[in-house]
Amino acid sequence: MSEKENQRKPGMSRRRFLTYTIASTGGFLASGVLFPMIRFAVDPLLQKGTDTKFVDVGPVDEFGESPKKVEFRIHRKDGWYQKEGGEKATAWVLKEGSKILALSPICKHLGCTVKWEGGGFQDQFYCPCHGGLYTKDGVNVPGTPPNAPLDTYAYKVEGGRLLLGPLETRGGGA
Amino acid sequence: MLKTAYEWLDRRLDITPMWRDIADHEVPEHVNPAHHFSAFIYCFGGLTFFIVVIQILSGMFLTMYYVPDIENAWKSVDYLQNEIAFGHIVRGMHHWGASVSIVMLFLHTLRVFFTGSYKHPREFNWVIGMLLFFTMLGLGFTGYLLPWDNKAYFATKVGIEIAASVPVVGSFIATFLQGGEIVGAQTLARFFALHVFFLPAALLGLMGAHFFLIRKQGISGPL
Repeated sequence: MSEKENQRKPGMSRRRFLTYTIASTGGFLASGVLFPMIRFAVDPLLQKGTDTKFVDVGPVDEFGESPKKVEFRIHRKDGWYQKEGGEKATAWVLKEGSKILALSPICKHLGCTVKWEGGGFQDQFYCPCHGGLYTKDGVNVPGTPPNAPLDTYAYKVEGGRLLLGPLETRGGGA
Repeated sequence: MLKTAYEWLDRRLDITPMWRDIADHEVPEHVNPAHHFSAFIYCFGGLTFFIVVIQILSGMFLTMYYVPDIENAWKSVDYLQNEIAFGHIVRGMHHWGASVSIVMLFLHTLRVFFTGSYKHPREFNWVIGMLLFFTMLGLGFTGYLLPWDNKAYFATKVGIEIAASVPVVGSFIATFLQGGEIVGAQTLARFFALHVFFLPAALLGLMGAHFFLIRKQGISGPL
């Protein structure tokens, strides 16, 4: 009798059916517990960055052919923390004909801070971490670690004052 | 695919007997709710363990945002609860789970007491269970301070005053818990360390011993 029944039922055994049912119910319950936690942990990946507003850094005629360092403040909320008076940011500003170049000091190799004519390198930006070099207009020197030119700040001139905005990546480079 | 991976491992490590030994064992009839519904009282130990697993998981995730510092603790909790996706759920799991785990633990203790399961030869497992009970109370007490709000602060003050009322050694216990002259920066740092490192380590060790003993001695017989 039981043999006959077994022959008539194709496919799935009771044991296998129960295994699948229990495993999928357990999986569903576990995912209900784990989903909120994982979504919680990966939230920084899905958050939008802060909008950067343009910041006044001084009169335009202060800047010339040679890079000049300007320091300004960015107001950014870092989680629950916001620095009073804003975070310090630096730009190396120079005139290139009628255009203005406001270079970010962050090395394109691994993010250290570059300095104009640092480490005794005349007419170049120098990064002390791995010896990266950039020319005056921020283009990386071949044979040194960085593989792209320094980022630039977007800029505006309003009423003779220079305003710096968000960072922009430049293509190309040596 | 999964089966192939398992077999690959099993051929090298022979893991089947290990999990068989842990997972494949008879549940006696008198503790199986399928036979007698009233046997559900035997589930509270397992439920306590289940809640503890949830507490450990949700706690691990909470420390991704929480900062144990008097300036930032409350702000970080406010941030993770209100500005991070599912923050109120994850903190809610930890918050409510803390109470539920104590309730389950207590029901488990009552079951063991009223079925007389603590008697010879299981006295030692009762002692380990009591240590687990106090470890869990310690976890509750130390965790309560971490959000650093008014409720946390005054609950801890009261708790420390109670500890200070112990004869002879009271003031030493209070100073040890407080870590300084007031309930403040040092108390918070210390309670955090106790809450996420010391007490969970003790809890895991004691739970391991608890489970080892129950498997070794078997569950107590029917009433």
